[in-house]
Amino acid sequence: MGRKLLTEHINVEGIDTIEVYRKHGGYRSVEKAIKTMTPDEVVEEVKKSGLRGRGGAGFPTGLKWSFLAKPEGVPRYLVCNADESEPGTFKDRQLMSKLPHLLIEGMITSSYALGANTSYIYIRGELLYVLRILEKAIAEAYAAGFLGKNILGSGYDLDLYVHPGGGAYICGEETALLESLEGKRGNPRNKPPFPAVSGLYARPTVVNNVESIAAVPVIVNEGGDEYAKIGIGRSTGTKLISACGHLNKPGIYEIEMGVPVEEFIYSDEYCGGIWKGRELKAVVAGGSSVPILPKELILKTAAGEPRLMTYESLSDGGFVTGTMLGSGGFIAMDETTCIVRNTWNFSRFYHHESCGQCSPCREGTGWLEKILHRIEHGHGTERDIDVLASVAKQIEGNTICPLGEAAAWPVSAAIRHFRDEFEWHIRHPQEATRPGAVFPGKAVLA
Amino acid sequence: MESTTNAPVKPRFSAAAQAEIDRICKQYPADRRKSAMLPVLHIAQSEFGGWVAPEVQDLVAEVLGVKPIEVYEVSTFYTMFNLKPVGKHVLEICRTGPCQLRGSDELTLELERITGAKVGEGPSADGLFTLKEVECLAACGFAPVVQVREKYYEQLDTEESVDAMLSELRTMVHRPALPWEETGLPNAVANN
Ligand SMILES: Cc1cc2nc3c(=O)[nH]c(=O)nc-3n(C[C@H](O)[C@H](O)[C@H](O)COP(=O)(O)O)c2cc1C
Ligand code: SF4
Ligand code: FES
Repeated sequence: MGRKLLTEHINVEGIDTIEVYRKHGGYRSVEKAIKTMTPDEVVEEVKKSGLRGRGGAGFPTGLKWSFLAKPEGVPRYLVCNADESEPGTFKDRQLMSKLPHLLIEGMITSSYALGANTSYIYIRGELLYVLRILEKAIAEAYAAGFLGKNILGSGYDLDLYVHPGGGAYICGEETALLESLEGKRGNPRNKPPFPAVSGLYARPTVVNNVESIAAVPVIVNEGGDEYAKIGIGRSTGTKLISACGHLNKPGIYEIEMGVPVEEFIYSDEYCGGIWKGRELKAVVAGGSSVPILPKELILKTAAGEPRLMTYESLSDGGFVTGTMLGSGGFIAMDETTCIVRNTWNFSRFYHHESCGQCSPCREGTGWLEKILHRIEHGHGTERDIDVLASVAKQIEGNTICPLGEAAAWPVSAAIRHFRDEFEWHIRHPQEATRPGAVFPGKAVLA
Repeated sequence: MESTTNAPVKPRFSAAAQAEIDRICKQYPADRRKSAMLPVLHIAQSEFGGWVAPEVQDLVAEVLGVKPIEVYEVSTFYTMFNLKPVGKHVLEICRTGPCQLRGSDELTLELERITGAKVGEGPSADGLFTLKEVECLAACGFAPVVQVREKYYEQLDTEESVDAMLSELRTMVHRPALPWEETGLPNAVANN
């Protein structure tokens, strides 16, 4: 059994109340940080921990914090990204609804480290019920003196608010999120300037994922070096994996970094294997935006090494034979899954969610969806596969924000690893579009 | 207070809603009242029958001290705001990959068959249900998923679970408590 740093007490009765949460050691990091550490010392511990952003990009959190501009007399902000909209990812919702005080504790300790006196949790609008859980917990934290003026007699003040979104995947992108928090459309901003210099209300701002912030209390309590002992190499600590798709036991698992993918899928401690006794066909390991891998490549790297649940191992081989850990949204597909249909579904998602600011993304995602739709429905032509690949290529690197790449990568990867299945749809449309049709394998194309 | 599906010509927020709006506006710097746009639009949508008519959006503009166009451009960008009248219950069916893998397409067809409403069209003939397809609701491990107001209905992969959801909605005599009312948390919380 791996250590559970975040979710150890998640099923304790009443853990969403401050009394029970404190009985289990809650808010110790606030006391420790505020009473015995300078803000810079907290930042230093987070650096030592090797914690990498859990929102998808995996950028070192301590380093990000050290970039925050600190001009005299100008307020700065910490904004928690609780937009959680990446398909396949559902960990933050569970964490916040069951352990609201963990996020709040993390927000207080982190805000202290950054010198923020006002912080926001931006939560996706669909989770209004979680917003209310958080607001109730925040009220308890104020009453206990962990929020508000002169926290624990230290002279440090902090106000914490929760802000709902309105249903838009793009608001997970940090600058779109800030626009949205300012009451506008969620159009990502051109960078630079980065939020660390000019973020919310044009003031220095750090944006961090829920899970990143939730890891801060344990780092402060146990020390960054202790935290860094868990995991492998530059993948330290634990990670919440949202497991879904064709698994026997979908759900949220807190794993120590480094668990082999094969163990994660098949062992009873985790997902318990593929449902209905079927074979695994493919996995999207880090949320819908990362490249899909066929069974052979998700279980083992191209060099034949066991693939591990770490940033490095999952990306081994680059995009030719690897993928990314991303947000930890682990989507498993069984042998009956139609890859074309799945790819079309994801393209529809990105087309729907494109904010429309840049033409390569706005038009390109539209073309991806259209072409995939026609292949899936039996009207594809031989040229379509190359056109798809070229549209994907033209989006990459030509947009304001990474949603463009997020839309292009899954398509390129599906073609890379499952080209024969696309060809089957095009050459044998009647068979391929029969309800319940399953790609019978390369042989039919010979 | 009765739920209305037609916004009154000159809408006004109830005292309770107005108090909630005042509380929310204090969360942002005084010169950044516009930041309250999304929370206030949510309140407006709950208060006026589940959608935001142009008059309601004008009211939001007035309350926030911004131009109406600033509200329109936001309300049309975010998918949670309904711009046309809806049935008593809006069923938001997740259609994204992980839910599709676990049968959301079949669920949508089934819900269309049972309710008689069609996705993307008006409410069912009895005015009870509007069907809306949405993207990933962050519940992919419990697919397929439908959200109705604040409540998540999960693992709707059996006839019984679908029936249970629909009969619960059918027998809801009173509209669900508005979030800021003193009636406590909506029952969604207990189930999530
Ligand atoms: C299209 C898009 C959607 C994103 N969605 C989310 C999200 O839902 N939650 C999140 O934490 N980060 C999301 N991100 C990443 C954020 O931009 C940002 O990198 C992250 O919140 C930083 O926090 P971290 O360093 O703690 O990971 C998204 C990025 C893009 C480009
Ligand atoms: S890449 Fe797409 S989502 Fe991002 S800013 Fe451009 S149009 Fe908007
Ligand atoms: S795909 Fe349906 S909840 Fe995520």
